[in-house]
Amino acid sequence: MKPAKFEHQRMASLDEAVKALGNAEGETRVLGGGQSLGPMMNLRLAQPDVVLDLSKVEGLDGIEETGNAIRVGARVSHARIEDGEVPGKTGDYMQFVATGISYRSVRNRGTIGGSVAHADPSADWPSALLALGGSVTAAGGNGIRTISLDGFTVGPFSTGLGWDEILTGFELPVLGTDANWGYYKVNRKPGEFADAIGAVTLGVEARAVCGATESAPFRVTEIEERLASGVQEVSIAEVRDILDRYDAGFDDYELQIHAVALSRAVQGAFA
Amino acid sequence: MTELSININGEHIKADVEPRLSLADFIRDRQRLTGTHLGCEHGVCGACTVLMNGEPVRSCITFAAVADGSEITTIEGFDQDEPMAQLRQAFHENHALQCGYCTPGMLVAARDIVTRLPDADEDRVRLELAGNLCRCTGYVGIVKAILSVLEQRRI
Repeated sequence: MKPAKFEHQRMASLDEAVKALGNAEGETRVLGGGQSLGPMMNLRLAQPDVVLDLSKVEGLDGIEETGNAIRVGARVSHARIEDGEVPGKTGDYMQFVATGISYRSVRNRGTIGGSVAHADPSADWPSALLALGGSVTAAGGNGIRTISLDGFTVGPFSTGLGWDEILTGFELPVLGTDANWGYYKVNRKPGEFADAIGAVTLGVEARAVCGATESAPFRVTEIEERLASGVQEVSIAEVRDILDRYDAGFDDYELQIHAVALSRAVQGAFA
Repeated sequence: MTELSININGEHIKADVEPRLSLADFIRDRQRLTGTHLGCEHGVCGACTVLMNGEPVRSCITFAAVADGSEITTIEGFDQDEPMAQLRQAFHENHALQCGYCTPGMLVAARDIVTRLPDADEDRVRLELAGNLCRCTGYVGIVKAILSVLEQRRI
């Protein structure tokens, strides 16, 4: 057995899970699909005292379109998104992102909510969803709360969730049928965590994200302004100059691959 | 300890397990089904891949306690399975293994490819195999074997 000892509590409902989290003593982690937390526990990078297992909690795995938003439950697996269950253009973008996450046998269990709540800086969803916009819904001791995806990821393994809150799902914008999007991930082998991510969507507003940084992904407003004014190409050198003005802690190599990722994401959006 | 009720290869099993016991260790050490292999034990190499409710998963990063109520098929449980019979024969004919360590996981992943992606071409097969490491064959025989089964199943 590789992980350190912990107490496993099987949750029957979201209410039970919120109460258990509020009353927990010691380090408590919420387990979705366990595809990030599992490896970290096997490597003993994470050593929680208590694990609250959501795998039997119902009502967190729905996908529905409600007028101008798409609701995606926290426990929706990457595989279901890969298989096209999210509708429309938003679904096309998310399908592309999901297909590049790890491997099918991991995507079958790994969840979108788990990925965003875990907030590994190299993971796909924190960057991809920031480029889409919308919000996170969370349940806690004080009820249900909606939190903007802008600024939700605060830093490595750190989010806007309160200590007693559980991420329950997302409300995501519906991209129009003619909306452009692009996503580019720099990694050595398909399925690996990203070395750099560039993500662009042109929905109600233009959003451009530099992701897989050492901390939180961030929006690049200079590029968003150009896209909003109709520019359809930004060279790697231009992106490099722009990113160099951010305090992202990139060394020369990191600056280059992040510039490549974002430039190619823009290219992909208009391909 | 956590109570576990699970079906492995058609056999219903009830057990008490320590929460930190992985599904892979439960399968190997408690059920003595040692066909499932452990390589990296953090979800990268694919040697431990088994079917959980019909879908391939990593048994090394799935806790046994979390698999409560599920149906597991390990490499020992495919005797009556047509795609797996085709794959076994094709792996044999195409020299798709050398040491055999990756083979149980490789076969479960290959079964997923031939059943889920009937139109897959060589590039797609290679992409899907990114999650299963083989350090002997260079993948040539494995890819040939999977492509030959895809071909058989299209007829």
